[in-house]
Amino acid sequence: MPGFATLPYDVAHVLDTLVLVLSFALLYQRRLFGVLTIYAWQALLLAAAAAWQAYAQDAPHLYITAGIALVFKAIIIPIALHRIIVYLDIHRTIETALGVGATLTVGVALVALSILLVLPVTTASGALTRESLAAALSVVLLGLLMMITRRNAVSQVVGFMSLENGLILAAVGVKGMPLVVELSIAFSVMVAFIIFGVFFFHIRERFDTLDIHDMERFRGERR
Amino acid sequence: MRVALLELLQFALLVALAPLLTGLVRKLKARLNARIGPSLLQPYRDLLRLLRKEVVLAPNASWLFRTIPYVVFAAIWLAAAIVPTFATGLALSRTADLIALVALLASARFALALAGMDVGTSFGGIGASREMMIASLAEPAMLMVTFTVALLVRSTSLPHIADYLLTHNVGIRISLLLGLVSLLIVALAENARIPVDNPATHLELTMVHEAMVLEYSGRHLALIEAASMVKLLLYISLIAAVFFPWGMARDLGDARAVALGLLSYGAKLALGGGVLALFETSIAKMRVFRLAEFLGGAFLLGLLAALFLYVSQGL
Repeated sequence: MPGFATLPYDVAHVLDTLVLVLSFALLYQRRLFGVLTIYAWQALLLAAAAAWQAYAQDAPHLYITAGIALVFKAIIIPIALHRIIVYLDIHRTIETALGVGATLTVGVALVALSILLVLPVTTASGALTRESLAAALSVVLLGLLMMITRRNAVSQVVGFMSLENGLILAAVGVKGMPLVVELSIAFSVMVAFIIFGVFFFHIRERFDTLDIHDMERFRGERR
Repeated sequence: MRVALLELLQFALLVALAPLLTGLVRKLKARLNARIGPSLLQPYRDLLRLLRKEVVLAPNASWLFRTIPYVVFAAIWLAAAIVPTFATGLALSRTADLIALVALLASARFALALAGMDVGTSFGGIGASREMMIASLAEPAMLMVTFTVALLVRSTSLPHIADYLLTHNVGIRISLLLGLVSLLIVALAENARIPVDNPATHLELTMVHEAMVLEYSGRHLALIEAASMVKLLLYISLIAAVFFPWGMARDLGDARAVALGLLSYGAKLALGGGVLALFETSIAKMRVFRLAEFLGGAFLLGLLAALFLYVSQGL
């Protein structure tokens, strides 16, 4: 089997796999703070993957991608979401629309699907590209799955951001992607926008207003 | 001749080292909890004390109850002996098949569950039924990992797997990593370690393994305790043999290679015990009803490992 057993590929492999396994951990986790911690780890590994690709491909611009992933996704967004959860006093246990076991089974089916999709497209390229692409596509699909199966707004947002992690993972794995930097910045801004958008949407849906005063009154009644 | 002698050495080594490993894990866990903990040799003393004590049998205990400790210990000892530990080409290496290993462990578990139900106490029954539930979830995961490794190496023989991974530069594969995680979860479940069962508890509602062997005493209990210690050693050796075979002696005639194999095996055991102690201290025991998800996750990871194998080899 050509293309294996060299250090750059091996390390890239480990990181890809770990990101994928953490996607499953996200589906498995029921506590909101647990979900955030896992998400932060996933972003950290993504940053490591991007940095490693920058080193292995000798492509300095990927260091910027890694930096963005590290600062925004692994640190700022989890902390912000953490504070929002505490501030909004959201229920910490996630209601899932589907049982965890069933979700995980669907998740494996999605991974199989992404493998089936990637196989015919990448016949010309090496085994490494195939495995990386399959892993990245799986992360994307698992993020989608998480958005569908969770009823809680925060975990839906985390699902979306883990989906985006998958996109970046696919982008950094392929050689010669100068657009990655711009793309990831754009995505990060969009992600932040969506976080607040979803929150405002849900809050308005629940309270018919975005006014903090009304929310305080509501919380007071519940206590 | 040399091969047979080394095989005997492995048999002896397993029984000699297993209590030390258990002692090491207990000691490390105690230290991590800021306790001093019992001496490393305490498991040996426990076993000796139990061996000297009288056996107390329930009046309605059948012959099954009396013979099963020997059956369980023999099955697990044999299973441990076919896992390559410090060298690959030992005398039993022709029989050292992963599927045979799973079968030996399963028969030991079956015998123990029978013994749990034999006397007719409710705890024995609960323990046996829970053990069977855990087994029915863990075994498919174990077999999935077996299939993955077998597909990669094209053999289910353990020495051959270790040999292949030592000589061929396979590299780090997604499949192997997923299989490793899956096998780690299975190992925790099979050895009644913390997220699944608590090896140190005698609390009625949570115990699984301890509930099954509650009626045993004296030398019977000593054998069962020794069997579970050997089983822990077996799983760490198995993980080391399949995923970290480095340092294993391939040429039995070379005394230096054998010595290096023994040394690296000791280091792997110590490392495995340390990781286990660290993991057990950092996690809480799971509710019995969540085990299906935990072990189901292991099975799914095993399945993924097999799937990714086709990606890298496919077409």
